[in-house]
Amino acid sequence: MISLVDYGAGNVGSVLKAVEYLGFPSEVASTPGQLERSDKIILPGQGHFGSMLRALDERGLLAPLQKQIAAGTPYLGICLGLQALYEKSEEAPGVPGLGLLQGTVLKFKALEKVPQIGWNQLQLRRGSRLFRFIPDGSFAYYCHSYYAPVVPEAVAVTEYGETYATGIEKGNVCAVQFHPEKSGEVGLRVLKNFLEM
Amino acid sequence: MFAKRIIPCLDCKDGRVVKGIRFLNLRDAGDPGELAEAYNRAGADELVMLDISASREGRATLMETVTRVARKLFIPLTVGGGVRTVEDAQRLLGAGSDKIAINTAAVEHPEVISELAAQFGSQAVVVAIDARRTHAPKVETGNLKLEDGKSKSEKRKATDYDVPVSNFQFPVSSAAPAAPRWEVVTYGGSRPTGLDAERWARRVAELGAGEILLTSMDADGTQAGFDCELTATMSHAVPIPVIASGGAGNPEHFAEVFLRGAADAALAASIFHFETHTVRSLKRFLRERGVPVRI
Repeated sequence: MISLVDYGAGNVGSVLKAVEYLGFPSEVASTPGQLERSDKIILPGQGHFGSMLRALDERGLLAPLQKQIAAGTPYLGICLGLQALYEKSEEAPGVPGLGLLQGTVLKFKALEKVPQIGWNQLQLRRGSRLFRFIPDGSFAYYCHSYYAPVVPEAVAVTEYGETYATGIEKGNVCAVQFHPEKSGEVGLRVLKNFLEM
Repeated sequence: MFAKRIIPCLDCKDGRVVKGIRFLNLRDAGDPGELAEAYNRAGADELVMLDISASREGRATLMETVTRVARKLFIPLTVGGGVRTVEDAQRLLGAGSDKIAINTAAVEHPEVISELAAQFGSQAVVVAIDARRTHAPKVETGNLKLEDGKSKSEKRKATDYDVPVSNFQFPVSSAAPAAPRWEVVTYGGSRPTGLDAERWARRVAELGAGEILLTSMDADGTQAGFDCELTATMSHAVPIPVIASGGAGNPEHFAEVFLRGAADAALAASIFHFETHTVRSLKRFLRERGVPVRI
């Protein structure tokens, strides 16, 4: 079963709608038991870095999530679900992230409007599974104030004042900064690629 | 490349799109679901649905309409019209809307903006501002009292704009160069509020609005072009995106509002409902004019 992690503040509904539209059976997972049984996990993050990680912990979801990722279960983080993979974030300095990627998530400088709301282009690294069949330069829909630094595991980057990581692939761990459930055909393709992995 | 957004607007009443529809190749031109899909195929970056139903029955229909429109739509959907409380917003977001637009209720109870942002995140909160030119000189915006002994023209102005005396804005000096100002109006433009639109924009951004949907009441319905001066003033005043609305009549108007008006997005209804200008042809035009768009 594909689990969409519900920690109380994410946009689970619209991601669920997209996954169902693509024809994959899925469920909203809000208990540790559900997460432990998952074959694939999607974390549609939204809101505040610290609040999300605390909410996951308080609901007993953080430990099974880490265990599943370590066991090789395919994971797709969306938006905050990408940022959570880093060590920490400027948004919540005292709250540790999952630490699977090195570095600190930073706030956009005020050179551009913050948050970035709208469509921006993906610069893709060749050979990515997550971005299979997606042309370089495709647009995706973003809505965020903090950005993830470019790491060796980045398979897609985007420019908005800074060049930052918008697609991650590290073994079974995938993540995107944009909202695939709101990015039209491009987004649906990314979701399909993950669901078929 | 970060793109400027083109946003078609569906004005809905009792579950039907009501404004200037003449779409070809649709079984039912007034059906919001079909129009939404057509705009999505044509390359719209987002959709806005504004409900103008007056009745409670109309509102109930809206929920059903939102659910139906959202089911197959994988671009952002904003719904507005009659949103007054966190509960109203909750229902719309639950039905599949990604953002809600709030207008009159925000002016009457600004704290609702913070409540919505705290509950759903700023990204879900669009504050709609309807602004009208006052043609008054640059004004001091302190809450000065109108007292006896003031000039007739000052008194007449207060009456003209029908604003509470405590909100009356005095000219700094009669010698100051005239700069255009805009006043916030509510209830579909029928009620002046005395609020300076630029100040109100700053305030709503501080309160947690994620975007501003700015409609020029002078330009709205004229198809003579957006109010670029208003849009630029507001866009430079706030750190959040400003969606320009009102006055779109041809592709050149969109180029102007992006290049001269500093708009982050532009919204229009009638121009897209007639197939002379599709979203796609508009975007091609804009690209040639050097406006970054998603094609």
